[in-house]
Amino acid sequence: MARITYIEHDGSEHVIEVKNGLSVMEGAVKNNIPGIDADCGGACACATCHVYVDEAWRDRTGTPSAMEESMLDFAENVEPNSRLSCQIKVGDEVDGLIVRMPESQH
Amino acid sequence: MSEKGAGVVIVGAGHAGGTAAALLRQYGYAGAITLIGDEPIPPYQRPPLSKAWLKGEADAASLALKPESFYAGADIDLILGVKVTKIRRSARTVSLRDGREMAYGHLILATGAHARPLPIPGADLIGVMSLRSAADAEELKAALGPGKRLAVIGGGYIGLEAAASARSLGAEAVIIEREAHILARVAKPPLSTFFADYHRARGVAIEVGAVVEAFEGDAGRVSGVRLAGDRVIPCDAVLIGIGLIRNDQLAREAGLECVNGVVVDETARTTDPHVFAIGDVTHRPITHYDRMFWLESVANALEQARHAASIIAGRTPPPHEVTWNWSDQYDLKLQIAGLPFDVDDILVRGDPASGKFAVFHLKGDVIQAVEAVNAAAEFMAGRQLIAQRKPISRARLADTTISMKEVAA
Repeated sequence: MARITYIEHDGSEHVIEVKNGLSVMEGAVKNNIPGIDADCGGACACATCHVYVDEAWRDRTGTPSAMEESMLDFAENVEPNSRLSCQIKVGDEVDGLIVRMPESQH
Repeated sequence: MSEKGAGVVIVGAGHAGGTAAALLRQYGYAGAITLIGDEPIPPYQRPPLSKAWLKGEADAASLALKPESFYAGADIDLILGVKVTKIRRSARTVSLRDGREMAYGHLILATGAHARPLPIPGADLIGVMSLRSAADAEELKAALGPGKRLAVIGGGYIGLEAAASARSLGAEAVIIEREAHILARVAKPPLSTFFADYHRARGVAIEVGAVVEAFEGDAGRVSGVRLAGDRVIPCDAVLIGIGLIRNDQLAREAGLECVNGVVVDETARTTDPHVFAIGDVTHRPITHYDRMFWLESVANALEQARHAASIIAGRTPPPHEVTWNWSDQYDLKLQIAGLPFDVDDILVRGDPASGKFAVFHLKGDVIQAVEAVNAAAEFMAGRQLIAQRKPISRARLADTTISMKEVAA
């Protein structure tokens, strides 16, 4: 399990425990946390699960694949710490992870 | 009937219906919401049924759009395993198979579609299957494994994905396609050629121009597919993947206009102000291409759910998106944006032999649609360029040393 903090654009915080093996996106969707749409259900086909990974966690969330980087390249309001949350796997190494959601995924 | 009065009744608890229910609450709708589905499980994603489910990597719980506890918590009355048998629009009620009658203030039809059957001799042999529901996927999964041979009737996306999944489970697969090439309804060479080659290289046999006459059986189980000309292709299981038929019967019987699907406008409204229709069941305008069509995608289910829920909740519906879809086969990700209408030429960017390329469908210098294989930049940029109707330079689009960002600039 990993404790993950999801912070909405308006500052609302949601702190939940997510099972290892799920994606950060699935943690949000299964716990009804607003701000991550995940239209394609995690198939890396839509870029609507965009999150900003807190700086302290960037080197523990793995490296994006070329496909994820290409998708992010064309998403809105992309920052250096942007990731597609369906591509971040939850494991012990991200226990305590903090991610922020953009104002809108569309 | 709840104390809030007749609220929203959603018929069909699939991807569109489930999303509409959740969005109504998200958008602040405070009235009663009743979500009725004839499957025994809460709303779930269908795309993984031909992929992760068959490979044992997903189940009803992992594919659920929302955990089952969500519905009661959101004051959504979720009724599963029950069919709606009639809609009475003048009385604004629906009848359920179990005898209940429910009043509605707004009705959302989200009844989806069912797999088109192939009514030929042997169609009711054990092992002849189609793939629409989680129950179907479970049956198909049980039929796959080392030493098994799956015959797929129809070379469309479902069939190709199932064939790829079969191979990954160690089963043999043969695709039997009636037309001259696979993906005939949705794609042309070079895309269909690329996929046929890719499947063949991974041990899938592909028969094109093949007309299926009957299924042959042994002790009640399917054992082969007989083609016109009497050739028999042996198999242990058959997947019929020849398209779908929209479940518009309730709407037709209620006097709503249907054209192989419930006719709606671009915000999911029927001509009855109290009735919406969303998802696979609809026949809808695709404003970007100025025509009516039938979309079969998660993107469409979501868009129409957003429109219906917005209007009922009193919000402005979101702008339309360029339609998009995807298919995962082996290590290939096919991403599609737009529809190839009014096309006068195609342009291939990248070399198919590399496994990373995109086919752009052009109307003059404007991109109408793109099919991208392991080429996410082409897909994402293509979506934007389609929406903008922005003319591009063909020379630059064909030149892979120029990035898609530069092409789109």
